[in-house]
Amino acid sequence: MKTLRYLLEKEFRQIFRDPSILRMIFMMPIIQLVILPQAANYEIKNVKIAVVDHDHSTYSTSMIHKITASGYFILTSIDGSHELAMHKVESDDADIILEIPANFERDLVKENEVKLLMSVNAINGIRANLGASYLSVIVRDYNQDVRLKWLQMPRFDEITKVNIVPTNWYNKTMSYKLFMVPGILVILLTMVGSFLTALNIVKEKEIGTIEQINVTPIRKYHFILGKLIPFWVLGMFVLSIGLLVARVVYGVMPLGNIGLLYLFSGCYLVAVLGMGLLVSTISQTQQQAMLLSFFLMMIFIMMSGLYTSIESMPYWAQVVTWFNPVSYFIEVIRMIVLKGSTFSDIKHNLGIILLFAIVLNSWAIFSYKKRS
Amino acid sequence: MEREKVIEVKELTKKYGDFYATNAITFDVYKGEIFGFLGANGAGKTTAMRMLCGLSKPSSGQATVAGFDVFHNPDDIKRNIGYMSQKFSLYEDLTVKENIRFYSGIYGLSSKQIIEKTTSLLSKLHLEEEKNTLVKSLPLGWKQKLAFSIAIVHNPAIVFLDEPTGGVDPITRREFWEMIYEASARGTTIFVTTHYMDEAEYCNRVSIMVDGCIEALDTPINLKKQFNAKTMDDVFLMLARKAKRQAD
Amino acid sequence: MKQFLVFVRKEWSHIWRDPKTLFILFGMPIVQITIFGFALTNEVKNAQIAIVDPSKDVSTTALINRIEASRYFEVKDYVTSYNEIEEKFKEGKIKIAIVLPQDFNATLAHTNTAQIQIIADASDPNTATVLTNYASAIIQDWQTDLNKKKKLPYTITSELRMLYNPELKGAFNFVPGVMAMVLMLVSTLMTSIAIVREKELGMMEVLLVSPLKPIIIILAKTIPYLLLSLVNIISILLLSVFALELPIAGSLPLLIGLSLLFTITSLSLGLLISSVTNSQQVAMLISLMGLFLPTLMLSGFMFPIENMPLPLRILSNAVPAKWYYFIVKAVMIKGLGLKAIWKETSILIGMTVFLLVVSIKKYNVRLS
Repeated sequence: MKTLRYLLEKEFRQIFRDPSILRMIFMMPIIQLVILPQAANYEIKNVKIAVVDHDHSTYSTSMIHKITASGYFILTSIDGSHELAMHKVESDDADIILEIPANFERDLVKENEVKLLMSVNAINGIRANLGASYLSVIVRDYNQDVRLKWLQMPRFDEITKVNIVPTNWYNKTMSYKLFMVPGILVILLTMVGSFLTALNIVKEKEIGTIEQINVTPIRKYHFILGKLIPFWVLGMFVLSIGLLVARVVYGVMPLGNIGLLYLFSGCYLVAVLGMGLLVSTISQTQQQAMLLSFFLMMIFIMMSGLYTSIESMPYWAQVVTWFNPVSYFIEVIRMIVLKGSTFSDIKHNLGIILLFAIVLNSWAIFSYKKRS
Repeated sequence: MEREKVIEVKELTKKYGDFYATNAITFDVYKGEIFGFLGANGAGKTTAMRMLCGLSKPSSGQATVAGFDVFHNPDDIKRNIGYMSQKFSLYEDLTVKENIRFYSGIYGLSSKQIIEKTTSLLSKLHLEEEKNTLVKSLPLGWKQKLAFSIAIVHNPAIVFLDEPTGGVDPITRREFWEMIYEASARGTTIFVTTHYMDEAEYCNRVSIMVDGCIEALDTPINLKKQFNAKTMDDVFLMLARKAKRQAD
Repeated sequence: MKQFLVFVRKEWSHIWRDPKTLFILFGMPIVQITIFGFALTNEVKNAQIAIVDPSKDVSTTALINRIEASRYFEVKDYVTSYNEIEEKFKEGKIKIAIVLPQDFNATLAHTNTAQIQIIADASDPNTATVLTNYASAIIQDWQTDLNKKKKLPYTITSELRMLYNPELKGAFNFVPGVMAMVLMLVSTLMTSIAIVREKELGMMEVLLVSPLKPIIIILAKTIPYLLLSLVNIISILLLSVFALELPIAGSLPLLIGLSLLFTITSLSLGLLISSVTNSQQVAMLISLMGLFLPTLMLSGFMFPIENMPLPLRILSNAVPAKWYYFIVKAVMIKGLGLKAIWKETSILIGMTVFLLVVSIKKYNVRLS
């Protein structure tokens, strides 16, 4: 074990002397955690709406007023024709067009029914869905207001009405940041664990110092441990910085046990380190290592449930996510941080991650064992 | 007087498919001698050396290094040899002192020994002032001498030197060879490959590989007599011209 | 000119000899399109829902059947208490729960009103909102059916039309983004690394001593990546049209031309990066951290720019990919012509020229 001690000493010295790594360790958490959640905001607000009002009545005006007063929408313009409004959509100045037909007020009161036309720019599906959804809700509310104004109570009572009480548990403020920040932390750890490790080992390959190590009494497992341990420590350090930043900047306080979080992260790190190790066995140059890590990580991140849910994926894609360690961690970190889940809740995922750790590392060690 | 053999090689072969990198080579190296291992690029010297260091598994044949079998005990071999590669094997981003400490520790020296070794090495190489300098800032000649000293920090029975004097001026090369003589006088066997034919003259015995086989093995004096040549350069040229293989 | 071609040919062979890298460069867009096009979707469906049904009567059964039948929900469990709901949330087994009251049917019959609670796991706020809305809609539809005989006066209905993307296919949003990402990756990242690698290996000096003008050398390095990018663009377009059924609404030549423009912009960025560093690792880090990530974040394709705080919105204007993304959406999906996008195109051209001039100047200074 003394060998390991000297090896670790050297590794740590080298890591701390490398300015680019240091920069990454500190800058990455900060940039990713501070800037990314600000940008990664899927809350739907500031939806731009262009209204085509053919009626210009009190009712149409008050409806428009209700829409803009809701806070979700920004009124781009009130245009005279559908064509003019379409121009706004083409130039991305409007997301939705609401067309109020002529005789809106008259038809509503006399015919008891009137139809509005909503045209939504559906290029971005979420935005379209949610935007249309909100607009419909506001219109429905307005409809209720109108009814209440005009109807006598008893007549109204004949109608069966179900009151829906929507409640939100966890994340009462519906903050999208609270949702994204833990996920981004996972991405951060994954990058440090697999990316940096792979690059580091391949660099040694390129320079030739691995040959030198091979000639000494340093055994293969010494070498591998000598690489895994420093980056594991680094990873845990980054986790801590990340949690700190999340707390300070966003007020994210994990509801659940922080110790549990560290436990899971520790195991997860071993798994992704194994991944980085594997990548380094198949790459000869830093460029290859980087591209391969990047490619793999991109796939893993996209299919991890970070911003699109796994349940909505087609079955074959869901099967693919079973082999994606990132998805398990994303699930767990959200569970612990936002819902206060306990050990028994996550033990299934923990078991799977440990399995990944064992399989990936064994595979990598096996590849290294082969002598030329 | 029976001299002790530290390296015994018999019919050692390494083949890749149909290609014989080394073809049943046989030779011995005696304790304390400076053994020059020469050959053109692609002749097979690097392959041979790698097998002897435990870096590569032979296809067939036998070899023992420092009494250990290359097939079955490569790890024991590694503990008993030193190695200095073409790229000088020092960590550029560590200081002189840190490099010494690392390699000493790896080869099993105790903390006390490490301190002693460090002090003596630094003073011998006149590097006391530079002990905290990063190796990458050292001039090439110093790096070379440091690398050699570190390669023998654990007093190995044999030290393998792979083209150790590339790119330095003649004076530094001379100084380097003085260090080699010193080590040899202490009983360390030196196994060195080189391109510089004048260095071949410094060796006790020299072998020349051509196309995977050993075409000559003797003292420099005898070889010159055998080939009727004035210098080792000429000897080499005569043998190398026969070579069919180009450098890879 | 002939020397130039010789050089380009040498660069080509470098690239071809590294099959692993090549495989990734070609494979990446294909994989991305596949994932974005087929696996990822913003639609919310198959959400696991739990139901609390203390009355178990005709009405609750009818309502539950409707929920079951909807593709948005999958009824996972029947529970009996709030604690159980909390447990299920914590285990991550359900995303939403509906709590029906005691004696639902009876209450409805006597008082014409009843209360249903929808509890959503708001850790993912958007999904929670959408699911709550879907659930409410199902309940309200059921309610409307109950009231069918009694017609509701003063009804405002709306007709919803989805423009450009009636099936709400995620592809429409993602494909232009994937194009921008891939071009940036291949052109900026690879070019900068290729040039810097030359510097690292010390080959730069050798080349500079040759009779070729330095500028020729640099440009020759970028040509292969230009071609690679072109191949990538075409393969993305082919995949989109045939595999994703995403039609190209506008002019194809215009689209390709503008994509080439963006490629040149990215190449100039790569040039600029390579002129400021001699280390491959640093070039990689700058390209990835300094350029790729911000591009991803601020181009508008992953996250809507409108939602970002002001400083980020301003910053996004400096990101070339943002303009390109707009252009691609306009031409490919909205079917617009040059007239509609001349502003964005000129900005892109301006950026390209600026970057080229700066990098060439930097190179001339260093090399002279």
